[in-house]
Amino acid sequence: MTRLSTYTTWLAAILLSLPLQAAGAVRVVATTEDLASIVREVGGEKVRVDAIARGYQDPHFVEAKPSFIILLHSADLLVLVGRELEVAWLPALITQSRNAKIQPGAAGYLDASLTARIVDVPTGPVTRAMGDVHPSGNPHYWLDPGNGRLIAKAIQNKLAEISPGDAAYFEGRYADFDRRLSEAEKRWTAAMAPYKGTKIVTYHRSWSNFVERFGLDVVDYVEPKPGIPPSPAHQLALVQEIKRQQIRIILVEPYFDLKTPNAIARDTGATVLVMPPSVGGVKEARDYISLFDYNINLLVSAFAKAGAR
Amino acid sequence: MVLGGCLTLPGRGLAQTPAPAAGQTTAQELRDELERLRKEFEAIRDDYGARLAAIESRLATLTPGSTTAGAPQAPSPAGGAAVPPGAAGAGGPTGTLPVYGSQSALSKIFNPDIAVIGNFLGAVGENEIDPAPAFELNEAEATFQAVVDPYARADFFLAFSPEGVEIEEGYLTFPTLPGGLLAKVGKFKQQFGKVNTLHPHQTSWVDEPLALRNLLGGEEGLNDSGVSVSKLIVNPWMFLEATGEVYQGSSGLFASFERSDVSVLGRLRGYRDLTESTNLDVGTSVAYGTNDAGPDFTTRVVGLDATLRYRPLRRAIYQRLLARTELFWSRRGEEGGDVSAFGLYASADYQFARRWFAGARYDWSERAYDASLVDKGPSLLLTFWPSEFSQIRGQYRRTSFAEGVTANEILFQFLFSIGAHGAHTF
Repeated sequence: MTRLSTYTTWLAAILLSLPLQAAGAVRVVATTEDLASIVREVGGEKVRVDAIARGYQDPHFVEAKPSFIILLHSADLLVLVGRELEVAWLPALITQSRNAKIQPGAAGYLDASLTARIVDVPTGPVTRAMGDVHPSGNPHYWLDPGNGRLIAKAIQNKLAEISPGDAAYFEGRYADFDRRLSEAEKRWTAAMAPYKGTKIVTYHRSWSNFVERFGLDVVDYVEPKPGIPPSPAHQLALVQEIKRQQIRIILVEPYFDLKTPNAIARDTGATVLVMPPSVGGVKEARDYISLFDYNINLLVSAFAKAGAR
Repeated sequence: MVLGGCLTLPGRGLAQTPAPAAGQTTAQELRDELERLRKEFEAIRDDYGARLAAIESRLATLTPGSTTAGAPQAPSPAGGAAVPPGAAGAGGPTGTLPVYGSQSALSKIFNPDIAVIGNFLGAVGENEIDPAPAFELNEAEATFQAVVDPYARADFFLAFSPEGVEIEEGYLTFPTLPGGLLAKVGKFKQQFGKVNTLHPHQTSWVDEPLALRNLLGGEEGLNDSGVSVSKLIVNPWMFLEATGEVYQGSSGLFASFERSDVSVLGRLRGYRDLTESTNLDVGTSVAYGTNDAGPDFTTRVVGLDATLRYRPLRRAIYQRLLARTELFWSRRGEEGGDVSAFGLYASADYQFARRWFAGARYDWSERAYDASLVDKGPSLLLTFWPSEFSQIRGQYRRTSFAEGVTANEILFQFLFSIGAHGAHTF
């Protein structure tokens, strides 16, 4: 009798401890540091976030390292950029993760692009003669703060679904993020207002959402086609175009070689700006809002110095 | 339905005509009325005739293979794609680009990802022992990959070669099993070491190392129908994976004389990031089964592999190093007693520019049937990538065969891929 009751007590204790364990932090893996930052904003201390790609790394070319399999194996939620950005490495990691929760279509699989505003969606048919095109639109959509808000909302809804007890907490965190982002947006818009319509050249087509939001005009790219490295003929044409249109600024993502952009700058007198498209791309871009703070500041001071219009 | 309505209408029209009355004016009225009705009938006939023709032509376009003239042609969306902005002056095409394949994405929704990878080989030089043609489309590999249902995904790799068509791989993967398990059923490359698991387009060479030819069943390699279960052993120090596999028992290395002559394989793989740019991948494998000498004779191969990778994240598209070695110990049972043979290769492949790779490999291997016969030799490689979807490779190979013959060759390879090819495992 005593033994049985001891046994029952132990069993009850174990059973009671189970929900307690489950009520711990939601384990989230985000494919990029931008998404990880937004998860942190919304999830606060109720989540544990890891990012796969570093902010100074080209997110198209991440290696599917087994160490990422370990991360994904114990994740409750996977947040991805989508739009084929991770197509070369994420599917293999998901399959090998041996984690039913984060398989495509499962509750713990969140494609952040589904509720975001996507640009550059090809209207006609797509071929690889166009370079490495994304058939379902530009995947660098997080570079519009409006999309940052939409991503945060999607994450809030998903976290509330996974951990319903903390729904109010996530809602409060989202509201706070939304408020801070709106304030910051006013600041950024005001800072960029004098430079509306300024013509620039960028290396890759990473900034479509950004330039649309802040009223810049991308005239051409250092890459002749997305994902195709610069060619001498294109470089020559670009130099002529930059001279003709009096373009002062060339934006380069931190993971591209500066040789060609620097050569173009020498021939044209334009300035090369290394501008991070992701959180963690430079150490000042610690989170989603400071990424824009850093970039807007960088652009405004470069425009002011170059007298660009 | 439409036709019936058309025929009944005139009747109804006539029934509404007022009864004939005497006198000139009434006769005139009647004629006018008849004329009006005739016109009305003709208008209705023309209208319905046109509708009928439209419906018929629509039906015709719905029937596959039909090319009825007069069918309303859906305007082909542009009929070509515009050259994207920024492409001007790049030496690429101008004007609109041709478009291949169906223009209706809707019809493709549940189709698998389909890709074809062409492997075109060329060879120059002398090789009396193992000659390859001057030019050969060695293989066209068609891949079909898709999710089957919420519990499984399927991968098919069909190899079309001058010898015929072969199911290179075709398997089902269950990624949602409990307990950190991953199961595969079907025909697939056995998880023995590293290179045996790779398709020709995934290796750093035009050919395959001599040790694989001599000790792992030749060109076919270890590739068989069976079941594979692998488990993730979660621990705080490293990625650790244990794999167990059972096969039918008839691959290049093994032969099955009765149903119970299955071959088995075990593998343990460890991986660890040394820094964010550098990592080490080591593994050991063992395969065992009856061989072609008879039901009483078995072959056992033990393998050891180590891979060191270096790829700085900030310059990931410009620079990387892959250094790899594999060692094989084979013990083959035969009438005259067991033959124990050893073989290895060591290779390095270094990316020194966005599109350029240089590599070297050294081979040394005894032969599984006679360990006194040793083949060996070095190779030098240079690879150029026009894009992610094609590569051009040259390999200088000097092989000293056990027969006392030395072969000096230059091998060429054009690898190209079209379609949506799934992500590769690391």
